[in-house]
Amino acid sequence: MTSPLEQKKIKIAGPSVVTANRTWDGIVVYRTAAKGWSADLSEAAIVRNSDEAKALLAESVADDVGAIGPYIAPVQVSADGKVQPGNLREQIRRTGVTIGQPAQV
Amino acid sequence: MYAYDEIDRTLVNERVSEFRDQVKRRLSGELTEDEFKILRLQNGVYLQLHAYMFRVAIPYGTLATNQLRALAHVARKYDRGYGHFTTRQNIQFNWIKLAELPDALADLAKVGIHAMQTSGNNMRNVTSDQWAGVAPGEIEDPRIWSELIRQHTTLHPEFSFLPRKFKIAITASDHDRAAIKIHDIGLRLIKNEKGETGFEVLVGGGLGRTPFIAKTIKHFVHGRDILSYIEAILRVYNQYGRRDNIYKARIKILVHELGIEKFSREVEDEWQQIRNSSLQIDDEVIEDIRSRFTYPAYEKLPHMPDELRQAAADPDFEAWRKNSVAPHKVQGYSIVTISLKPTGGPPGDATAEQMDALADLADKYSFGEIRVGHEQNLALPHVAKRDLPALWKALDKLGLATPNVNLITDIIACPGLDYCSLANARSIPIAQELTRRFANHELANLIGRLHINISGCINACGHHHVGHIGILGVEKNGEEVYQITIGGRADENAALGTLIGPGVKFDEVADVVEDIVEAYLALREQPEELFMDTVKRLGVEPFKERVYATR
Repeated sequence: MTSPLEQKKIKIAGPSVVTANRTWDGIVVYRTAAKGWSADLSEAAIVRNSDEAKALLAESVADDVGAIGPYIAPVQVSADGKVQPGNLREQIRRTGVTIGQPAQV
Repeated sequence: MYAYDEIDRTLVNERVSEFRDQVKRRLSGELTEDEFKILRLQNGVYLQLHAYMFRVAIPYGTLATNQLRALAHVARKYDRGYGHFTTRQNIQFNWIKLAELPDALADLAKVGIHAMQTSGNNMRNVTSDQWAGVAPGEIEDPRIWSELIRQHTTLHPEFSFLPRKFKIAITASDHDRAAIKIHDIGLRLIKNEKGETGFEVLVGGGLGRTPFIAKTIKHFVHGRDILSYIEAILRVYNQYGRRDNIYKARIKILVHELGIEKFSREVEDEWQQIRNSSLQIDDEVIEDIRSRFTYPAYEKLPHMPDELRQAAADPDFEAWRKNSVAPHKVQGYSIVTISLKPTGGPPGDATAEQMDALADLADKYSFGEIRVGHEQNLALPHVAKRDLPALWKALDKLGLATPNVNLITDIIACPGLDYCSLANARSIPIAQELTRRFANHELANLIGRLHINISGCINACGHHHVGHIGILGVEKNGEEVYQITIGGRADENAALGTLIGPGVKFDEVADVVEDIVEAYLALREQPEELFMDTVKRLGVEPFKERVYATR
């Protein structure tokens, strides 16, 4: 749950993705292998070592118009290839707030 | 209400046009995010976990009904149908699209609302007592002086690139409802022996990772000199503030490191050079601002109307009245606090429908005026006592009559990890669970005045340091852990709470609070002894023992 603002070194301990917020509307997006952005985590490019992560982050940062604030986030990949967020922060970013929104309650 | 003039309207409209152009250039790629970030922050636009967040200023917490309807409109048209009232008399929208922000700002500008300086390293929204102008015993309406400072500091180049954000709060009552002692500058309006208006000036308060209670730097500054004195403080801060280290950049650190005596000497030297300049305020300027505030044409009404006498037989009405209705300076009128803390609800949130309906009620019962308080509640400042029963029924239908103002479920909470990109832990679900745990109104009344403040990280937007019970969420080994403090307060006797022991897990927080409350109920000498009185009398040890005896 470390804030990306404190993410100083690129060192990953397991499968990871690059995530950011889309520039025009701010929604959560993930960097894809096709060098684009997708709101669907299952379409994210998975990196498994620091060099891959560094490269994916660099190309993401370069796409400044598409999305802002890119950073590396951990994911869990199950045996059948299903990708899940690796911590609570990313879980909340993916699925939304853990509380009912007032207009919906 | 304050009536803006042509200068204000032009300023706000020009700002919208300027920001529209900046957004257009950002979306086309002409501006990079690095270039754009400072511009969006100066217009109240943050990036949060799920989307952009848009923070709108409500200067000194005063809203007209057309302004509240405009906020409802923004919530409905550009967001997800609700807004979040903050601890500094702002409202935040959590789901705004950057591409639509200029239109939202333009819609707000039509009613004189803007988002200038609601973020960034500049002078933030000047806040005040939400009961300003109506509180009995108030020296004078502090909003006149708030407005003077707002006018002087808005887009002032010298205050637009400060070492860090800068917040001013003003009170004019003995009981401080504006939390001035946890602000960069706190102003307490007073009269000198000649009966002249002036201020006790406090400096260096603030929470965050290094909390300090503000210290008095000058016991009396004449009203005509207040702008020059504030400017002198800001010049010293601008010169010596730690721009090299964001964690040490607030004025509280400078005051602490220099010491209040040295800091005040520096300010005094600066002040002597500028106090007799154009910054000295003519009486006409103050009178002009005063004349732009309109006050209701109050009727002559009885202290105890029949309607109120009859309604007193209804225990539900009485429960609400006792906690939500406060004395007004004019006989026959009351100040009504609207709780935005329903059982199980996120503290400080209001839906567009509630905002619209409340605007209608304010038109009907409060001369078209609404106030916003730092406790994340709203208020209707001019309600005739005869109208209280009808108002209560209408509020109850809207879910806005929870009878918990100043009680244990009147919780201040930051957005926490559900929304905020800085947060380490969730705040709102903790608050929700506590409101359910203490939903029994008889129990809450038995406990009496007790403020719980919750922050989801050390930045302390939920003011946990000054909660009677403070809850700070941190992250430890990938899990949310909550540190508990007790004994903090944000009023005229402001104090920082004391940590009672190791952090507890998410699921344990409500149990811990329950233990603390049970200990208090067992320890207090009489029902009138408030939680804070018991803490003051006994210290934190008995509470600590109770909480950790079985953990």
